[in-house]
Amino acid sequence: MEYIIPAFLVFTVVFGLVKRINVFDAFTDGAKQGLFTLYSIAPTMIGLIVCVNMLKASGLTDFIVTLVKPVTDFFHFPSEILPMAVLRPVSGSGATALLTGIYKDYGADSFLGRCASVLAGSSETTFYAITMYFGSIGIKKIRHTLISALAADFTAVIMSVVTVSIFFT
Amino acid sequence: MISYIFAGMITLSFVYAAFSGNMSALSQSVIDGAKEAVELLITLCGIMCMWSGFMEIANKGGLTKVFSKILSPVIKRLFPDVDEQSDAFSYITMNISANLLGLGNAATPLGLSAMRELKGNKRLDTATDSMVTFVVLNTASIQLLPTTVASLRASYGSKSPFDVIFCVWISSIVSVSVGLILAKTLKGRKKWST
Repeated sequence: MEYIIPAFLVFTVVFGLVKRINVFDAFTDGAKQGLFTLYSIAPTMIGLIVCVNMLKASGLTDFIVTLVKPVTDFFHFPSEILPMAVLRPVSGSGATALLTGIYKDYGADSFLGRCASVLAGSSETTFYAITMYFGSIGIKKIRHTLISALAADFTAVIMSVVTVSIFFT
Repeated sequence: MISYIFAGMITLSFVYAAFSGNMSALSQSVIDGAKEAVELLITLCGIMCMWSGFMEIANKGGLTKVFSKILSPVIKRLFPDVDEQSDAFSYITMNISANLLGLGNAATPLGLSAMRELKGNKRLDTATDSMVTFVVLNTASIQLLPTTVASLRASYGSKSPFDVIFCVWISSIVSVSVGLILAKTLKGRKKWST
């Protein structure tokens, strides 16, 4: 497992050299893009992290989590990641804000932290993608797109808990 | 949409704090939250730039083209209506390859071009089968290296940020398959291929 990152980096630079590109220039170009991405998401992240912090400090998230706990317990689903699962298809940054909250409260290497990580890594901002792609070419009737995409999101929620349970317990 | 979530979250926390007596904690949370957000962005900055940098090397070296070649037989099956020689087909393969490499900035414009090509110059307000499949594919995550999640975990002190990678792969494959199977089975008898 510890080989994955270093091996990928070596593969990339060697691949770049074989393809005769200026690897360091390419790297700095990409890093610049990374910086720009971060710059453009910064205001959103600040707004949403403040929001999520307020929700937690008010005690409302704990209240909702205890409210749904009997139902989620019945399905052996950790109720703590439910808010993130609901927000994930709607807002990527909002889900990231909740994800950092889970890391802070339970730890990045905890069971909940891992479930939330897998969920974040295996799903996308469904509503945004649908609106953007169909909106760009003026398609109004999207037929069964939404139901298929949401079913995929729901599957990702279940699979994140199932896979982490299998691999880490 | 996001405006309602934002406003709703703030209003609801105020109302609930008023009832539960957590108002001082609530006002402290605003200051703490803003500080935390900036700390997070700063810790994320280095590692995000690092990954974007290496992904750009892969991109400039033509790794997306290599991926596109490997993927084209699979894509041919997923999009039976799209001619393999068409621009639409090459945009679709490039978009999927860029998504696999986690190049969001490159994937989106390619995806928009693919949609434009799928529509062509027809007057159309209903999605075709290929459009549905393509958009469903883009609403699911098919990234090979979940670099953003790993960077976030690292900045919250994870000992091995990539240790969830197999779980992410399995979860992605299963959820994408569910989405694609539904996209194929729910399309009905009427053919929307033009």
